[in-house]
Amino acid sequence: MYPDNRRYSREHEWVLIESDGRALVGITDYAQEQLGDVVFVELPEAGTQLDQSQKMGEVESVKAVSDLFTPLTGEVAEVNQALVDHPELINDDPHDKGWMVRLASVDATQLDSLLSASEYESFLAELG
Amino acid sequence: MKSVDSMTDAPDQKLLMEHSVPGRRGVRLPPLDVPEQPLPESSLLRDNLPLPELSQPEVVRYFTRLSQLNYSVDTHFYPLGSCTMKYNPKVNDQVASLPGMASIHPLAPEESSQGALKLMHRLQDYLSDISGMAATSLATMAGAQGELSGVLMIRAYHLERGQPQRRTMLIPDSAHGTNPASAAMGGFQVTSIPSDSHGNMDLTALKEVVNDDLAGIMLTVPSTLGLFENDIVEICDVVHRAGGLVYGDGANMNALLGQAKLGELGFDVMHINLHKTFSTPHGGGGPGSGPVCAGEWLAPYLPGPIVEDNGQEYQLTMPAKSIGKVSAFHGNFGVLVRAYAYIRALGGEGLRQVSEDAVLNANYLMAKLKDAYDLSYDRLCMHEVVLSASRQKKQGVRGLDIAKRLLDYGFHAPTMYFPLIVDEALMIEPTEAESKETLDAFIEAMLSIANEVAEDPDIVSHAPHTTPVSRLDEVRAARQPDLRWQPGR
Amino acid sequence: MAESPTFSPYTPNTPADREEMLRAIGVSSIQDLFGDIPQTFRTPSLSIPPPLSEMELQRELEALAAENHRAVQGPCFLGAGAYRQFIPAVVQAIASRGEFLTSYTPYQPEVSQGTLKAIYEFQTMTCQLFDMEVANAGMYDGATSLAEGALMACRVTRRYKVAYLDTLSPSYLQVLTTYTAAQDVQPYPVSADSAATLEPDTACLVVQHPNFFGYLEDLADLEQAARRAGALLVVSTDPIAAGMIRPPGSYGADIVTAEGQPLGIPMSFGGPYVGLFTCKSEYLRQLPGRIAGRTVDSQGQPAYVLTLQTREQHIRRERATSNICTAEALIGLMATVYLATLGKEGLREVAELCYHKAHYAASIIQDIPGYSLPLNGTFFREFVVQCPRPPAEINATLLKQGILGGLDVSDMIPNGVLLCVTEMNTRDDIDALAAALRELGR
Repeated sequence: MYPDNRRYSREHEWVLIESDGRALVGITDYAQEQLGDVVFVELPEAGTQLDQSQKMGEVESVKAVSDLFTPLTGEVAEVNQALVDHPELINDDPHDKGWMVRLASVDATQLDSLLSASEYESFLAELG
Repeated sequence: MKSVDSMTDAPDQKLLMEHSVPGRRGVRLPPLDVPEQPLPESSLLRDNLPLPELSQPEVVRYFTRLSQLNYSVDTHFYPLGSCTMKYNPKVNDQVASLPGMASIHPLAPEESSQGALKLMHRLQDYLSDISGMAATSLATMAGAQGELSGVLMIRAYHLERGQPQRRTMLIPDSAHGTNPASAAMGGFQVTSIPSDSHGNMDLTALKEVVNDDLAGIMLTVPSTLGLFENDIVEICDVVHRAGGLVYGDGANMNALLGQAKLGELGFDVMHINLHKTFSTPHGGGGPGSGPVCAGEWLAPYLPGPIVEDNGQEYQLTMPAKSIGKVSAFHGNFGVLVRAYAYIRALGGEGLRQVSEDAVLNANYLMAKLKDAYDLSYDRLCMHEVVLSASRQKKQGVRGLDIAKRLLDYGFHAPTMYFPLIVDEALMIEPTEAESKETLDAFIEAMLSIANEVAEDPDIVSHAPHTTPVSRLDEVRAARQPDLRWQPGR
Repeated sequence: MAESPTFSPYTPNTPADREEMLRAIGVSSIQDLFGDIPQTFRTPSLSIPPPLSEMELQRELEALAAENHRAVQGPCFLGAGAYRQFIPAVVQAIASRGEFLTSYTPYQPEVSQGTLKAIYEFQTMTCQLFDMEVANAGMYDGATSLAEGALMACRVTRRYKVAYLDTLSPSYLQVLTTYTAAQDVQPYPVSADSAATLEPDTACLVVQHPNFFGYLEDLADLEQAARRAGALLVVSTDPIAAGMIRPPGSYGADIVTAEGQPLGIPMSFGGPYVGLFTCKSEYLRQLPGRIAGRTVDSQGQPAYVLTLQTREQHIRRERATSNICTAEALIGLMATVYLATLGKEGLREVAELCYHKAHYAASIIQDIPGYSLPLNGTFFREFVVQCPRPPAEINATLLKQGILGGLDVSDMIPNGVLLCVTEMNTRDDIDALAAALRELGR
């Protein structure tokens, strides 16, 4: 159920490396379900330099706030402006239309430190 | 199941601005009795004042009907854990409204307000006595402001002793959100300490984190789990030996009035919530008052002003090394009057009886509900009991749903999802002011709901059904904020 | 008619009730329930006086109240942040209803629509008063609202200095200092001249308008100064002045706060009051305090609920916009009822009564030999008079005549007194004051 062409973090983010080498980042279906209806998302500004696992923003539901962490080192190229007016995209389509950040100049060697789809699914099973 | 008949009327859906009719007036003012004076230039004046225009009867009916949509202590059992929703004696409101109390200007010459200052001085003494501390400041206007003052006092204490590196405040994971928020406002880093399986602070975890950076610890006693810390003396000791100070969140004092004094247990400073323990009305979210009580070594740092007796008269003064003023004047005097009257009506024995009956009532509820609901900790509780709806969650119904269903039974819900460390928490605090008949009716309702969960879960998960409005779309409220009337809407 | 010495009318439990409950719990005495408290600390003695019956309690409080009579009767010309203004009877009638008075914070909206809709109305009227976009449900008082406004400006701009115009109320400055000290935020004073060039890293320019001395500031100029420095304009204003003076929002102020006490709240020796807090909608997520929003319920009915709670302490804990929890909801309700009762015409009229009476008083006092008005500009309902003798002496004499004189500000202006005139002062009151001052000036 989790696409194979991506890597996953233990903080429930997914990373998709695009054809031009840039990385698309979002949160997983598990994460959006845990959060409940997303009402607001705070994303980093374009040009921000981030180190792997650094906090890069926040996702809010009615009763909770969750930090967003970047799964890779890189520079923020753009963020998904559609989420400003339509945060519900994160709930409805977390792996596609609900994408959050596009990173450039990423450290692709870090992909190995992340989980594959099946590893992530096992990780979820352990969480119970 | 509806307990207030007026709730059968549909709520008025219009706002004041929508009721407004040009030319209507709510009150008449006397005509100008001095010669008209030259006005400022027109660029300094406003041309339009968009307030409603209503006649007086319309105003009265609008707000009276609005009030009828509320549950309140005067109308319903209100067992909100850690809120101490006890009866608010009417005589307290009456005496607080006396012109000699309600109409004094705060900056009037002190010689003309000795009655007010005397009341404040006595109240300071009573609260110092109850808390086992050396001195009290009444300047803080709520518990959270008391907490902020307390952490600022701790900060000042360490700075004066050349210990600026002490920037860490320890806070249990069960603490009320104001504790870490106040610590952060006080410039501290917060470190969370876990609780153990008995609902006590994990002493081993505590010992591992104390070091030279420790400023202090913020503890609620009894804890937000309604449990008395078994190792309280040792906790205070560990913190003191590491050079830190102990702050007490007094929100749960209703369990301890006349039973123990936090100052004697080892606390250095604490706040008290007059709008909880001392019966002053909650008002839908305030006014409150959060007096700060301190041991001798911290008393000089108390927020000011405080009232002193110089032998001839009462005076407002700032403590020698005060952290400063936290309000424009001297605190919420109108609330102080009510608390003073409450203490005078009860006396020491009466205060002790408050905590006895509060703890008795909570344990009675626990005894009667522990078969149908899970108890997070199987031990005697104090003035509140934390149940977990984890059993019901397995049947598809959550704590939230049970809370909403209680509204249909004519009870205000208990506190939900707090403390955070208990799954599907329902924190129930009956207070001493409820009769056994009310407690039994509540027990019956909770047992009935437990049955419904088994037999007709939908009626619980879609509750409430009989209140003026049903469950609200809170997601929409957050996604599309509509926070005020706008013209042309 | 001997009663048990511990009989309290506030507690229903009889000995029989207690017995039954102890049996159900399975312990033999109430003290068994306190077993977790170490023995050495159990049941300490309290030095509280013995309990009073209700009748005795009334007598006791009436006696204390009577000692304050000189502060309460007679005309009042004292302002400086707390004001004797007209309170319509409707305000207390509504505020004393048990459903408003004894309810809790509206966390269960289905049974709190009264409180929630009243908050929504309060937010609406606060915005309309100051011509601002968004308001919260109120804070403790005008001083802490201003302090929170300054801290909010620091969060929004990510800067750490707070400039304040030196005509700010001294007690407001003290509260601002208390709140900013621990967060490494540095307030610094500016004059009307030096405000033109604010220091770099200034988060906001704080202006009281009308200022502490009662005079209007040049908000247009000060707004420009703030913009030039990339800082926010934070204005602490007065809600009665808002009845006739152009509101701070119309000058582009980013945050406008005020003390709500003049809106139908008794002076009550300094509290409880309510802090009004408004800001531009772009800063909504940094707004402290509670906010009520309008939504619908599952049947599509309009309904009100606390919203955007993720800003607050119970969710965001140490990262909250403020630690505030219990605020001043009932006082906010009183202000709302006051504004609904006075309304569009009534508030304007109150403001004009204050203005004309204050200016009449100023004009006759400055004609008295020895008295002058040392400050220039436009004042609203307060002004400073320079006296021929120390204000302390003048006020002592006035008090003997049953008149509450203005605030002694001789530490700021030589022999200066800050006089306040409201709609509650009759022409006779003002003439009597002038006569007394004339006598004292001989």
